[in-house]
Amino acid sequence: MAGAAVLGRLTWRVATIRDMREETARAKSLVLDVPDWPGHLAGQHVDVRLTAEDGYQAQRSYSIASAPEARGLELTIERIDDGEVSPYLVDEARPGDRFELRGPIGGYFVWHAGLDGPLGLIAGGSGLVPLMAMLRHRRAAEATNDARLLVSAPRFDDLLYRDELDGARITLTRQAPPGWDGFTRRIDAEMLQAIWPAPGARFYVCGPTPFVEEAARLLVGLGHEPAAVRTERFGPTGG
Amino acid sequence: MPPISRGFRSRRRTGLDPSRVPPGQYVTDDFPVLSAGPTPHTPLDQWSFAVGGAMEAGRSWTWEELLALPAETVTVDIHCVTKWSKLDTRWTGVSVDVLLEETQPWGDYVVAFCDGGYTTNLPLEDVTGGRAWIAYEFDGEPLEPEHGGPVRLLVPHLYFWKSAKWVRGLNVTDTDEPGFWETYGYHNRGDPWQEQRYWGD
Repeated sequence: MAGAAVLGRLTWRVATIRDMREETARAKSLVLDVPDWPGHLAGQHVDVRLTAEDGYQAQRSYSIASAPEARGLELTIERIDDGEVSPYLVDEARPGDRFELRGPIGGYFVWHAGLDGPLGLIAGGSGLVPLMAMLRHRRAAEATNDARLLVSAPRFDDLLYRDELDGARITLTRQAPPGWDGFTRRIDAEMLQAIWPAPGARFYVCGPTPFVEEAARLLVGLGHEPAAVRTERFGPTGG
Repeated sequence: MPPISRGFRSRRRTGLDPSRVPPGQYVTDDFPVLSAGPTPHTPLDQWSFAVGGAMEAGRSWTWEELLALPAETVTVDIHCVTKWSKLDTRWTGVSVDVLLEETQPWGDYVVAFCDGGYTTNLPLEDVTGGRAWIAYEFDGEPLEPEHGGPVRLLVPHLYFWKSAKWVRGLNVTDTDEPGFWETYGYHNRGDPWQEQRYWGD
């Protein structure tokens, strides 16, 4: 499976939107039917290609949010206001609409339940998407390894997948609701040390560049092996 | 015929020379960062750059020795496989031709190796003939660590993952040995004008 998911030519397939779910005011999950989808690993992404009436095309990459076990391929897309593809997918697209897609892409930032040992997941904003695919896969595979998730977001309303964050450690960096008992500051060494007191976890860090740079730097500073820290980043040019 | 996305329109910037933007790319003024792991920070007094492998005579340089080599400043367009292109980027560094002078390589390929364990493979002819540099300045400033500093490989005519960050040397080989991303599904050569993004493209 691990090899099969990336072998061979990645052909463009036509995806049909089966369902859409609002995750936040800026983000939606799109559940897609993709005929002959070859399967994927948690953490991988796809390329999406839109075609306008005049033939103009634009491509962007989006992380897969669904577990490999799920029925339908799910992407979560956050609107980037001056972007080209994300405002269309979040605001204009409707169930039944079709667009092209190819993948899965990326074989390094992946986790599967056959990998032993503790799992450390650190997400900044919509960097949670590929990490949620890992947690959903872990649940579906009934894996029992230790898994801890730290999510950083500006406000509570910015959090993706709020119904699935039981047990996650959350830090809200700009504003917290009354009675909030999670963290309320930018990630720091003390926060990471409290969640991962000893080395040994396999880390996946995803978010905007400054967040990922800082998280990876802090982990290495706390004695975690650089080779145990896998990173994936996206910034405002994700479009 | 691909399906038409009802209501989707180009928001592409106008006034761009289309002959400078490869298929599937869009132009940005930002300089996004992509890497697979933590940013390494090797102190410059422990840093060196080496060329070796399938050649008559390997060589290496300390940081000061590298800076003493003849430098060039080039203005080039760069293209990342994640779809962004950035036009007219200005870099200063040493041509790979200079580094390979007097080494007499007999292999036809190179593997660039880096702090952090990253590697990427290229045909020797893609890094010679004035087409590749070891760059230590971006836009007149020292290259920042997150962009590959102190030194990154610069091969602007290929997708930018070939321009390996934190590069520490070039190993000439007589067989083609796929590097890091090349073994994880990305194209072996990566010519943006042929849209060689992934295996089989």
